[in-house]
Amino acid sequence: MSNVTVEINGIMAEVPQGTTIIEAAKKVGINIPTLCYHEDLKPTAACGVCVVEIEGTPTPKRACSTPVWNGMKIKTNSKMLRSIRKTVIEMILSNHDVACPTCVANGKCELQSIAYTMDIDPNAVPKILEKKPVDYSSVSIIRDVNKCINCGRCIQVCNDIQTVNALTFAERGFDAHVDTVLSLGMASSACVNCGQCTVYCPTGALHEKDDTERVWDALLDPEKHVVVQEAPSIRASLGEEWGMGVGAVTTAKMYTALKMLGFDSIFDTNFSADLTIMEEGTEVVGRIVAGTKNLPCITSCSPGWIKFMETYFPRLACNVSTAKSPQQMMGALAKTYYAELKGIDPSKIFSVSIMPCTAKKFECQREEMADSGYQDVDVVLTTRELVRMINEAGIDFPNLPDHHDVCLELSEHTGAATIFGATGGVMEAALRSAYYLVTGNDLPDVNITAVRGMEGVKEAAVKINDDLTLKVAVAHGLGNARKLMEKIQKQIDETGKSEYHFVEVMACPGGCVGGGGQPFGSSLAMRARRGQSLYQDDRDLPKRCSHHNPMIAKIYQDFLEKPGSHKAHKLLHTHYYKREKFKGQVVESFKCEDH
Amino acid sequence: MKYFRTHVLVGVDESAVQAGVKEVLNALRSELARKELEEEVSILETGPLGYFGKGVCFQVYPDNTTYANVKAEDIPEIVEEHFLKGRPLKRLIYNAPESGQYDFAYDKRIVLNNSGIIDPENIDEYLAVGGYEAWEKALTGMKPMDIVDEVKKSGLRGRGGAGFPTGLKWSFTAPLEAKEKLVVVNADEGEPGTFKDRLIMEGDPHKLLEGVMLCAYAVGASKAYIYIRGEYKLCIERTLKAIAQAKDYGILGENIFGSGFSLDIDIKIGAGAYVCGEETALIESMEGNRGIPRSKPPFPGVEGAWKKPTVVNNVETLANVPAIIAKGGEWYSKIGPEKSPGTKVYTILGDVATPGLTEVPMGTTLRSIINDFGGGMKDGKRFKAALVGGAAGVILPDSLLNVKMDYNSLAEYAAVLGSGAILVMGEDTDMVEMLYSIIKFFRHESCGRCSPCRLGTQQLTRLVKKVRNGKATEEDLDQMIIIADAMFKTSFCALGQSLIMPVKSAIENFREDFLNRIKA
Repeated sequence: MSNVTVEINGIMAEVPQGTTIIEAAKKVGINIPTLCYHEDLKPTAACGVCVVEIEGTPTPKRACSTPVWNGMKIKTNSKMLRSIRKTVIEMILSNHDVACPTCVANGKCELQSIAYTMDIDPNAVPKILEKKPVDYSSVSIIRDVNKCINCGRCIQVCNDIQTVNALTFAERGFDAHVDTVLSLGMASSACVNCGQCTVYCPTGALHEKDDTERVWDALLDPEKHVVVQEAPSIRASLGEEWGMGVGAVTTAKMYTALKMLGFDSIFDTNFSADLTIMEEGTEVVGRIVAGTKNLPCITSCSPGWIKFMETYFPRLACNVSTAKSPQQMMGALAKTYYAELKGIDPSKIFSVSIMPCTAKKFECQREEMADSGYQDVDVVLTTRELVRMINEAGIDFPNLPDHHDVCLELSEHTGAATIFGATGGVMEAALRSAYYLVTGNDLPDVNITAVRGMEGVKEAAVKINDDLTLKVAVAHGLGNARKLMEKIQKQIDETGKSEYHFVEVMACPGGCVGGGGQPFGSSLAMRARRGQSLYQDDRDLPKRCSHHNPMIAKIYQDFLEKPGSHKAHKLLHTHYYKREKFKGQVVESFKCEDH
Repeated sequence: MKYFRTHVLVGVDESAVQAGVKEVLNALRSELARKELEEEVSILETGPLGYFGKGVCFQVYPDNTTYANVKAEDIPEIVEEHFLKGRPLKRLIYNAPESGQYDFAYDKRIVLNNSGIIDPENIDEYLAVGGYEAWEKALTGMKPMDIVDEVKKSGLRGRGGAGFPTGLKWSFTAPLEAKEKLVVVNADEGEPGTFKDRLIMEGDPHKLLEGVMLCAYAVGASKAYIYIRGEYKLCIERTLKAIAQAKDYGILGENIFGSGFSLDIDIKIGAGAYVCGEETALIESMEGNRGIPRSKPPFPGVEGAWKKPTVVNNVETLANVPAIIAKGGEWYSKIGPEKSPGTKVYTILGDVATPGLTEVPMGTTLRSIINDFGGGMKDGKRFKAALVGGAAGVILPDSLLNVKMDYNSLAEYAAVLGSGAILVMGEDTDMVEMLYSIIKFFRHESCGRCSPCRLGTQQLTRLVKKVRNGKATEEDLDQMIIIADAMFKTSFCALGQSLIMPVKSAIENFREDFLNRIKA
């Protein structure tokens, strides 16, 4: 496509045809103020803040949705523009519940930031806000319509990117608002709790259910033995909240901070990620060797994906691995193996997990996730909630040492586990071990780059031996997952089998590094950087295949017997349900032949 | 043809239906049968006659007597006295007030020239008055681009409100290569006080269809949709009937007149949202989505309904086209002023003696429309203001009574022709109340998509209520204009952009009314 030349505030810029004004301005170092535009999304053109003057046009135009033309002369900051922008933002504030000091988005809120930079008094225009009830129904996501500015990002993310279709605009005019479909409320909607809406929300209208208080209560209760596990991707995003740079890996600081918060025992979900590979890898290899009809085997680590599958693709439920997610495996072990090992009454153990994920809050409360005899994981905190706790405790996170002297339990891990946090990571980790399980040898090169990166659906063929080449696919973001599942479903319907042996799905774009519990405003570019950090962490670790983890060998020897054993099945595997479309409620439970 | 001594033209339109025209017709038929007059008196159900607020009306020819407010129980008396004894029933004869006689100006009409004369439900009557001749001429002797050129030459501009040159609009879509192109007729007509498109569809649906066919042929569309608002039941009925008749006659369908050109016309029924008159919101609604406007570009002419190139035209615009093709663009371009040629259908309402419709050449003054075609002011009231162009229009004071009604002349006063609705207000009209009702309307009809419109309409509602309650200050009036101006400059579509017109013109032209409320 050819280039065009435009003039922005007197600065010349050459940009490809079709570039919008807001993108062109960014290229010359000008960020045009906006509340609804986001680089990852199609412009919703809702807020009306990004208007600019174009020479020769009678009225200002939206920079977010107006493409440039050759010779266009743009002014982004005239007296008139400043004045009308101010009026629009004043009106938005007049319909906003300005509760900044206690708002979860404080300091991250785009409305707050724009009001501050433009010196706008939130009370300049009298309030027209008609307060509506906050939707607290979901265990994962709170929706406060009083803080919503109707930008429409969440709806686009939910419907177009994730294709969950839980959110919609309802009513019109001043009464127009974001609502769940048929006003069912979040808990009774098709919402899969992925939380992508919370990451893209410019204000505090959508956010995780804050469970920090429950964790504080447990930590400050002398009766409780509080254990904590941290997901692989947390270590690559936590530091961002203190300006340590996108993707900074802060594993040691994270352990130290958790110890300082008062956790009695610190695990690492990376350990149970290695364990997941042993269980899931054995399951995949078993299905391939047995030539069952439940191929491809599909990963089960992502609880947003699981609920999505149960709602929209229940026919593929028997293809999904029965292996629990690493969080739930760790939860089951904490109150059995660990309790026995330490001689602690499991009823006294309070199990916390730090996840990049809002759907994990839902997962830990699923009634089947209680194989230890107790709720396996008591509370899930997102990255954002952990940051709040660390800040409340006054811990100077960025200045904590880069080496830790924390005595860890159930934490030994390999590079295969750390890449679980990025799209393609579970697949790569599983292939490393599947190769070993079939051939008895390690892959000559453990880097399987074909499944890495931000491409929506990735495919690879991995030669195991002369008789077996595994065809695999990786999808991240539920819209991509939907496309892949439709393809697989069609192949199975038409030919009785799919071309794929093994498929990885992560609900969030970029994988867990882009989870719904990650810092507000995580763009795709930021997710990609975090993913790269995890791959670096993998390279830096001495062992890179799950089956080389000595602690894994030990736990099988001492407790679980062998991958896929009866005991492993009881504690580390699960089953699925069929759910109603639109409402997401359980309709029936599945009994699959091979399971 | 059978000879009748007396013809009765009964105006059947939506308001007549409400007033019980079906019962009146039944009574008339049975009474004529009882008196054995069926062979002497013919009944013709036609479109709107042009009287408004007068219940069931009919016109008796050749003596040219008009009856108004007729009820079924009056029929035996009328038949007995008038049709049998030849003595018109004075009690029910409608006499226009002395201040002004009705002038329906049929000689000047292009769009409504058949309305109230022919039976709109009978294609033969349309054919008898030269209907579909332009269509035949086009299909058998003209290339699509010839049609576009002819319409360009005519200078016809869109009658939906914005006044965009129609030929130019068509010329964007005509050369595009596409699997399928569409024509969409905007018959959503949501502008308060406007019902011109209803009159066209009720009075002469075949004329609209002929316009649609010409447009489709010109731009290469094989499918057309007429998007009619759901309340227009009679329009829907008659348009469907007209489509069926045209198909039956081979005027519409596959390989029309052996030309190789095929066209299908269908209707879509709207749910009555004002914003769906905006062409991209209309398209969204047609596709089954929430009626909210889309970003432009891409313009519908390039990528419209279901991503196909889509020409969206107003009913009145298309109803002008058959005459343009039949008589030539040059003929049309000489009617009215140079830059706004043609006629315009107005609906004249409010404090006028004879509210109703008129179709007159562009450039007729507002004064003439009110006095010559609206019967002048009602009850000798003094003229105070006229809201021109619907709710999204400007409130003109008496100093502008001599403004010529056409796109360019009105633009000089920052006013618009809009839909052609003229709401005339007498001296006793309170502009605060007037503006309040307009703002309430916009608040209700904003789609809520963009912040400036969604919140601006609510803030303006708050402020105008404050004025009504006597609690406002002059700063509040300034604030109203600041907000409406920001809405004009930042709203996503014409809905939010338009409110500046009534707000500014009301507050600036009639400031006294507002100050009175503030002081009181």
